[in-house]
Amino acid sequence: MTAVDLRVAQRPNAPMTTYRYDEYDAAFVSERVAEFREQVRRRLSGALTEEEFRPFRLMNGLYLQLHAYMLRVAIPYGTLTARQMRRLADIADKWDKGYGHFTTRQNLQYNWPKLVDTPDILESLAEVEMHAIQTSGNCIRNVTADHFAGVAPDEIEDPRPTAEFLRQWSSLHSEFSFLPRKFKIAVTGAEHDRAAILVHDIGLRIVKNDTGEIGYQVVVGGGLGRSPFIGKVVGDFVPREDLLAFLEAILRVYNRFGRRDNKYKARVKILVHEKGIDEIRAAVEAEFAAMDRSAFTHDPEEFERIAAFFAPPPYESLPATSALLRAAKLETPAFANFVDVNVGAHKIPGYAVVTVSLKPIGGVPGDATSDQMRVLADASERFGFGELRVSHEQNIILPHVKQDDLFALWTMLDAAGLATANAGLVSDIISCPGLDYCSLATARSIPIAQAISKRFSDMSRQRRIGKLGVKISGCINACGHHHVGAIGILGLEKKGQESYQITLGGDPTFSASIGEILGPGVTAEQVPDVVEHLVDYYLAEREEGEAFIDTWRRIGHARFKDVLRREGEDGADI
Amino acid sequence: MPVFKHPQILIASNLTDGEVVFLGPTGWERDHRRARVALKSDEATALETLGKRDISANRVVDVYLADVEIGSDGAPTPLHYREKMRVKGPSIRLDLGKQAGEGAL
Repeated sequence: MTAVDLRVAQRPNAPMTTYRYDEYDAAFVSERVAEFREQVRRRLSGALTEEEFRPFRLMNGLYLQLHAYMLRVAIPYGTLTARQMRRLADIADKWDKGYGHFTTRQNLQYNWPKLVDTPDILESLAEVEMHAIQTSGNCIRNVTADHFAGVAPDEIEDPRPTAEFLRQWSSLHSEFSFLPRKFKIAVTGAEHDRAAILVHDIGLRIVKNDTGEIGYQVVVGGGLGRSPFIGKVVGDFVPREDLLAFLEAILRVYNRFGRRDNKYKARVKILVHEKGIDEIRAAVEAEFAAMDRSAFTHDPEEFERIAAFFAPPPYESLPATSALLRAAKLETPAFANFVDVNVGAHKIPGYAVVTVSLKPIGGVPGDATSDQMRVLADASERFGFGELRVSHEQNIILPHVKQDDLFALWTMLDAAGLATANAGLVSDIISCPGLDYCSLATARSIPIAQAISKRFSDMSRQRRIGKLGVKISGCINACGHHHVGAIGILGLEKKGQESYQITLGGDPTFSASIGEILGPGVTAEQVPDVVEHLVDYYLAEREEGEAFIDTWRRIGHARFKDVLRREGEDGADI
Repeated sequence: MPVFKHPQILIASNLTDGEVVFLGPTGWERDHRRARVALKSDEATALETLGKRDISANRVVDVYLADVEIGSDGAPTPLHYREKMRVKGPSIRLDLGKQAGEGAL
């Protein structure tokens, strides 16, 4: 298959900036759909029991949740074309309930598919080069990446070609299809970590050595969940030609020594923690030295072929700043706020990176209706070369918007309820589905996010507070990344009631830290009060330029605990 | 064997569409108010036996007993908040699930 799909009419402003399936990819996905169709038929006929069928459905991203089945669709490194976004909307309308949920791993979940319809859904996804393979099970999951890949001014190299290389290496890897537990990889090529690589099983940071050669700092053993850990460096500078073999060596060491006797101790983070990074590094280096690396020989031509799919779109030569943008900001304060909060710098003069928040005040974090998905697809074609990104923060990114077009884009988004100017602010809350949908959850998380969002509904107050990561999980599995929230909230069951444990000081970036518990759990109704007290205390104590996490680090956890204790004594019942 | 403390109903997921169903007097019901209630331990065991039969018959999956209380109208209501959620639908989308008339409530 060529880089251009001839079945799709090309638009002048929609060049391909994403990977396209080759014949192998297309055949492999198509065969898997046919295979799953047959497995579903055999399940419904009774030829397969649920025990026999369950691994097959999980391998194809189909879970059984609280109210219905749930299908998790992979969005490799969070990159989507307009055509793919439209297909996701069509599937939501035809086989689900008219919406989708963008997840904290850059995927999309449908909450209501029927088992009998799933093969048709997968076939529909395959038509637009998408699938749900390896979105579940003890395998290497969807590889995630910086959602500003290719456009961030602080980038050393676009991480997507590397992520695509890893996708191809890890897809249906026969040796790693039944690992001790699931395995998650994230890649960044920038000086600032927007992909939370230090809390992944493997985190890759693209770096340059003293001679200017590109390579990878490889981090292993990070993770959240029941036992959170910050990853440790296992390879300071792994040259590109050694990357696949080095990762293969890590996975082999994990596959051999990772615990299979206790699923709570089976992730690679536990192996790294129990053995120590020095022993793990020695084992990886020994495996790397001993293994037949010929199968992983780096092919620069193939890497360049893949990298070409991610070539920059044909940007125009523009002034660094836009007079149109300046005038529109002066004329329309709401637009000015949107630009100040949701629009970021682009490496190309005259362009901008736009974060479209899926966190309207009081809304469900990460949910988008099918109509909104179509608006986003249209907006990307009209203003952004037909490309979109999904962030692990559950927002949508339009990565290539001319500054001159920002007002028109904002007008379009605003009409669709997609112009909430809160990217990175207190109401831009990461939240897992929690007990409203998830069968593993011990408490609801979405209503907590909604209540906090409503409490801080005054947008000018949010802007005064500044950047603040609130992250909520509905169980200890931590899909809502609460451990790395500056304010983290974990929903648990306590004496038959939902109870919420609050942590402070989490950080998902290169300065990563795991949050510390604030005190005893509180009720759902108390959570917004607690968050508000913490924020007010931060505002009273912060010094010039300090974010919440900076103030917390400077004055210490005990001071924040004290202020809440005092509030409780004053009758606030916290 | 767990101690029998409360009346119980048998909950499952329908195989073909995943919807939550409840074992009733004559088969699986989509409305928990029509569920058959076990008032004694041996009645709960009987429900479980029927559940296992229907797992084998590929009608339902994920079958388990849930504690309930009986209202003045004689209808069962789950005691735990997780099952309270399952008989209604997501608390943040009252337009979806059984509470919205999808299936039956």
